[in-house]
Amino acid sequence: MRHEDGSKIASPEQMQEWMKQTMDWIGGIAAQNKFVGGTGLLFADAKVVHHNKMVTDGPFGEIKETIGGFITVRAESAEEAAEFAKGCPVLQGEGNTMEVRRIHKNEGGH
Amino acid sequence: MKQQELIPHLFRTEYRKIVSVLCKRFGFDQIEIAEDITADTFLAASQTWPYKGIPQNPVAWLYFVAKNKAKNHLQRNLVFESKVSEELKRSSDEAYETGIDLSPQNINDSQLQMMFAICQPSISQEAQIGLSLRILCGFGIEEIANAFLSSKETINKRLFRAKEKLRKENVKIEFPGPAEIDERLGSVLTTLYLLFNEGYYSSSQDTTIRRDLCDEAMRLCTMLVENKLTGKPEVNALLALMYFQASRFNARIDQNGELVLYDDQDTNLWDAELISKGAYFLNCATTGNTLSQYHIQAAIAYWGTQKADTPEKWKNVLQLYNQLLQLEYSPIAALNRTYALSKTAGKEAAIIEAEKLKLSNNHFYYTLLGELYTDIDNGIARQHFQNALALARTQTDKQIIQRKIDCLA
Repeated sequence: MRHEDGSKIASPEQMQEWMKQTMDWIGGIAAQNKFVGGTGLLFADAKVVHHNKMVTDGPFGEIKETIGGFITVRAESAEEAAEFAKGCPVLQGEGNTMEVRRIHKNEGGH
Repeated sequence: MKQQELIPHLFRTEYRKIVSVLCKRFGFDQIEIAEDITADTFLAASQTWPYKGIPQNPVAWLYFVAKNKAKNHLQRNLVFESKVSEELKRSSDEAYETGIDLSPQNINDSQLQMMFAICQPSISQEAQIGLSLRILCGFGIEEIANAFLSSKETINKRLFRAKEKLRKENVKIEFPGPAEIDERLGSVLTTLYLLFNEGYYSSSQDTTIRRDLCDEAMRLCTMLVENKLTGKPEVNALLALMYFQASRFNARIDQNGELVLYDDQDTNLWDAELISKGAYFLNCATTGNTLSQYHIQAAIAYWGTQKADTPEKWKNVLQLYNQLLQLEYSPIAALNRTYALSKTAGKEAAIIEAEKLKLSNNHFYYTLLGELYTDIDNGIARQHFQNALALARTQTDKQIIQRKIDCLA
């Protein structure tokens, strides 16, 4: 999932509501026995290491939306995985996106 | 206690202790001999006590007799072995004198170690539960057959095969090392969890047996909780779960032995003492940093003990099911999660989620769909209930579904 740092644009209450929506979304996938795992990524302490080995804070620069986390699902096809992605609450934010990728050499996983 | 009741009572409480201690001394490969000696001891009691009267301390009498029989057995073996080697006689002389230790500490340890010996993933779950009932709970073969709705012959065969398998694998009666204990404890907890469920959800109409299964699972789990090697957070969590569930035992079954659904239960029959014990153990479970499926299930069961049907209750239950499903998927958790969703987000939203589950060989799935469609589209609801009725196996389930269909009309 690619999105803005929510804490910069929303109240703690709103953040909590998003969290709950995310849990419901993942719970719905898990209820179909298609959830494999998930990892949320923090915005704090983010670093970018550039090709000249220079280290800067935060990845963001020109783009506001960056990887905020990922989940792994068991899907028959990329299309099914995209269907799951449609339910993700980050898509409520304009400019946010979900990217679907197949895992390399992982039989049956997408 | 009268003699006719005393011996069966002692059999239930002492058989398992004597077998575990003897078997630990002889080794698992001699489990049948340990069982025979113990059975002989009880036979001796039932033959002697009617004539000579009940001894002052019946338990001590049993231990004394069992110990002597075991010594005789070891001595007979020793005579045989000494013909082979004089050296062997000297070295094992002490062993048979002091080896049979029926102290409370050793009885307790032996039973716990026996639990680990039996709960091996290499034998089926059914066999693990059967052996646990026989060796750790002192159940008769007939009682086990009743609990499983099976025949004595089938159970005998199942237990025999399981013992053979464990013998071949050279299973030791000992505590696993610290590195291994978490993994092995997982198998033990699964067996206790299933043993409890066998009693709680069993289709057996025999209420006494069902209650016994639950009580035994709780007793064994308590032993694990009380031991410092095994009293880990997830063990406390499992015990909490059992207490919360058991608190509704009397409310779940009416005078005719029929199941009473959660919503229809007389909450005055919920046992407040068991609920508070559950809360105590759930509190004990909140140390360390592992969150087991039993923690989440116990937390869900806690909300089940709250009488008030509040939005807060269902919001919490939904989040807990979301977590549980990520940790450990099961069809029943998926269905319960969807029910909780209907309580927080409404039936329409829940129908969309329910239809994605596709558990089309599960009668609870159709029962849930029937429930969700009730008052939204009773025609569709009826179809789902009919599907459920066709798939349901037990009489109890069929009755419950039929009642729901009758309510639609």
